[in-house]
Amino acid sequence: MQEKDEKDTLVLGGKEFHSRFILGSGKYSLQLIEAAVRDAGAEIVTLAVRRAQTKEHENILSYIPEGVTLLPNTSGARDAHEAVRIAHLARELCGSNFVKIEIMRDTKYLLPDNAETIRATEILAKEGFVVLPYMYPDLNVGRDLVSAGAAAVMPLAAPIGSNRGLATRDFIQMLIDELDLPVIVDAGIGKPSQACEAMEMGAAAVMANTALATAGNLTMMASAFRQAIDAGRKAYLSGLGRVLVRGAASSDPLTGFLRD
Amino acid sequence: MLKINGQETDAAGKSISEYLSSANYEPRQIVVEINEEIIAKERYGETILKDGDVVEIISFMGGG
Repeated sequence: MQEKDEKDTLVLGGKEFHSRFILGSGKYSLQLIEAAVRDAGAEIVTLAVRRAQTKEHENILSYIPEGVTLLPNTSGARDAHEAVRIAHLARELCGSNFVKIEIMRDTKYLLPDNAETIRATEILAKEGFVVLPYMYPDLNVGRDLVSAGAAAVMPLAAPIGSNRGLATRDFIQMLIDELDLPVIVDAGIGKPSQACEAMEMGAAAVMANTALATAGNLTMMASAFRQAIDAGRKAYLSGLGRVLVRGAASSDPLTGFLRD
Repeated sequence: MLKINGQETDAAGKSISEYLSSANYEPRQIVVEINEEIIAKERYGETILKDGDVVEIISFMGGG
């Protein structure tokens, strides 16, 4: 059983990962990143790209442990052109060709623009990027992202930073069932039980940031998420027990106690 | 005048290296883009900023 677990890897862009928890690095102290990565067991950490501060500001890269795969996002992009531009800047900064496409036009709900996301995915995949597009969970869009060369899809569970959980559950399930790509549930996952449920559904991984950044104890929550994601993955691999729509089925022998 | 990170700046005639050092940027932590073209680090010394350039100096920060 142990051996089977060890072989259960997540493959993205030809790279194997043992962790299925992608950790965000936003909205908390740089000093906590190393402990968060450790307690999350994370092998992939997301970053944003912004106008630089001068020297006195610390460099986030020096806080991320060696060996972690950097996943820069294109947040701030309003269309495919801007996302491609940010992806190029990010690759120049870290040498990693992994990129999470994030394109938003709407500032209230911060919903991803699926059409522009497909365009950016196509351009960047052709250039050799490992493209992980953040998307609104729509099966037709998912299929277009597969054709565009995405390495995985990252559907939102609920609006970014809302901690409201699997609001789009049924539509994420369609992506999991129909797409031949890893489905990484991103955005809106607020607590470990929701991450666990996403993994039970067959998600390949879960990404979380705000759930940790707004928790009382960030590193303890990182550890709780790790355990929940592992539990959900194991449950999925084991095959969930069936659900009875009607009636009941006792787990005990069906003989009356001291009566027969 | 040219625009650096959205601010009108009087830096025409300076090389990128000179500007970065005068403005206290750490070259290893940033990437420089002029008029939407990324400038390779080895060209910072020879690339001279011109009036009308739009320059972005970019680095990583925390994000999800």
